[in-house]
Amino acid sequence: MISSTIREQFPILNQDINGHPLVYLDNAATSQKPRQVIEAVKSYYEWDNANVHRGVHTLGSRATDAYEGAREKLARFINARSTKEIIFTRGTTTALNMVASSYGAANVGEGDEIVLTLMEHHSNLIPWQQLAKRTGATLKYIPLQQDGNITLADAEATITDRTKIVAIAYVSNVMGVTHPVKELAEIAHRHGAVIVVDGAQSTPHMKVDVQDLDCDFYTLSGHKMCAPTGIGALYGKKALLEAMEPVEFGGEMIDDVGLYESTWKELPWKFEGGTPIIAGAVGLGAAVDFLQEIGMEAIHQHEKQLAAYAEQRLAEIDGLNVFGPRGRGVGVVTFNLGDVHPHDVATVLDAQGIAIRAGHHCCQPLMRWLQVSSTARASFYLYNTEQDVDRLVSALIKTKEYFADELG
Amino acid sequence: MNLDDLYRRVIMDHYKNPRNRGSFEDDALKIELNNPTCGDRITLQLKVEDGIVKDARYSGEGCSISMSSASMMTEAVKGKTVAQSLELANRFSDLMKGETVDFEDYEDIEALSGVNKFPARIKCATLAWNALRKGIDEEQQHQ
Repeated sequence: MISSTIREQFPILNQDINGHPLVYLDNAATSQKPRQVIEAVKSYYEWDNANVHRGVHTLGSRATDAYEGAREKLARFINARSTKEIIFTRGTTTALNMVASSYGAANVGEGDEIVLTLMEHHSNLIPWQQLAKRTGATLKYIPLQQDGNITLADAEATITDRTKIVAIAYVSNVMGVTHPVKELAEIAHRHGAVIVVDGAQSTPHMKVDVQDLDCDFYTLSGHKMCAPTGIGALYGKKALLEAMEPVEFGGEMIDDVGLYESTWKELPWKFEGGTPIIAGAVGLGAAVDFLQEIGMEAIHQHEKQLAAYAEQRLAEIDGLNVFGPRGRGVGVVTFNLGDVHPHDVATVLDAQGIAIRAGHHCCQPLMRWLQVSSTARASFYLYNTEQDVDRLVSALIKTKEYFADELG
Repeated sequence: MNLDDLYRRVIMDHYKNPRNRGSFEDDALKIELNNPTCGDRITLQLKVEDGIVKDARYSGEGCSISMSSASMMTEAVKGKTVAQSLELANRFSDLMKGETVDFEDYEDIEALSGVNKFPARIKCATLAWNALRKGIDEEQQHQ
């Protein structure tokens, strides 16, 4: 496992919350930032800040190099063929909306199908709902197994020649499920559809190779992978992006502007209207460096082991129900503690210095399928330890006792 | 942080033994309200006659704070005039802001005063009261 000394690189982790050392287990919502990333953003503002792609002056060049350098790092990180395929966005939500409103509007028509699963995050569901409403297309859902997995047989049965888009999360933010994206891409392509992958929960935690997956679009959020908020990316195959219309028009993205007609810059800039999120991109580049120094395989294994340990320890608590498959491949563990409402669980854990998420996790259709109104979720990252899991378990036992007394 | 400030015994009693939980079969005024950030939802029904809240019931899903607050609210407003109910809702808002408020006629509600020390939970406590305001609003628009 990754040495716990890694925590020293995350200043925020070194504090007490409500009189207890902080245990941060809300990484699926957002990750903490290592000093290296914080320093990169600070240094950018203290030394290199200028607008990109325009000024002749030295700072302008430095800012442009830093911004485009971050794009190169990210392209290598997910193994894109070229930096032309990497468009910086505000995050996964923006990236998915771009695909829906540009590619979707041009390629989806009445009677066509868009295929999803009902465990998609709202940001990989509502853009498609809206697209379906605008175009008269139909939404179809690949059914879920009891443990939240899907089967390829069900995918085969759902995806047809009328399917234009298959949109799916690589890793679920609730169920701890990893979807067979590569196989789904093959099925989608056989029917002439494209596959759009929500990579918000996969990119921070495992090696991602967009060429190997053969996905057409892949989206990610920086803030879940040690980078600042407000930066993310859309990957798209070059031929698809080239054929797509820009979503936002304005400065930065134009080639030539006339009174009645204008033309666009080449990829990737035609999709980056306005002054981009320069410092955010610099921070994302630094985060990529940081993660690669540790190694994505090491991070994946670390979290897998923590999840296995958490599954085993949580099973010791009578009345605690863990959702999702056993032996999960990722560090997302969602559960309910008997009759105690998840908000109450989260408040009592917070009083013991432990941060978890309680709520519907932006997955209301999935909550209905699970027949719960909300759940509690612990999610791990590279700086979490088995001791964190132990703290969680003993705090949950205390929570249970507390409410047994109060409810007794 | 003292959890007992939040989870007072009287709150847990309302959670475990909810008052006025259920629904009216007739077409009483019905307000549905969600807390979109956390998934709590409440359906409040009010029977208002001659400017008086004759009866109130609620159903829904939520944590101990939101559900006990709904239980207390429905108990408190029953028999009150619409104006008195609104005044109670305003006093409850003040309580959530940390102000000292006297609920002499319904002291259970004061037990929720500890919620203001838990900022993330204030929206739980106010859900039912927001439904009440919305209901009174709708009632007044109908007239």
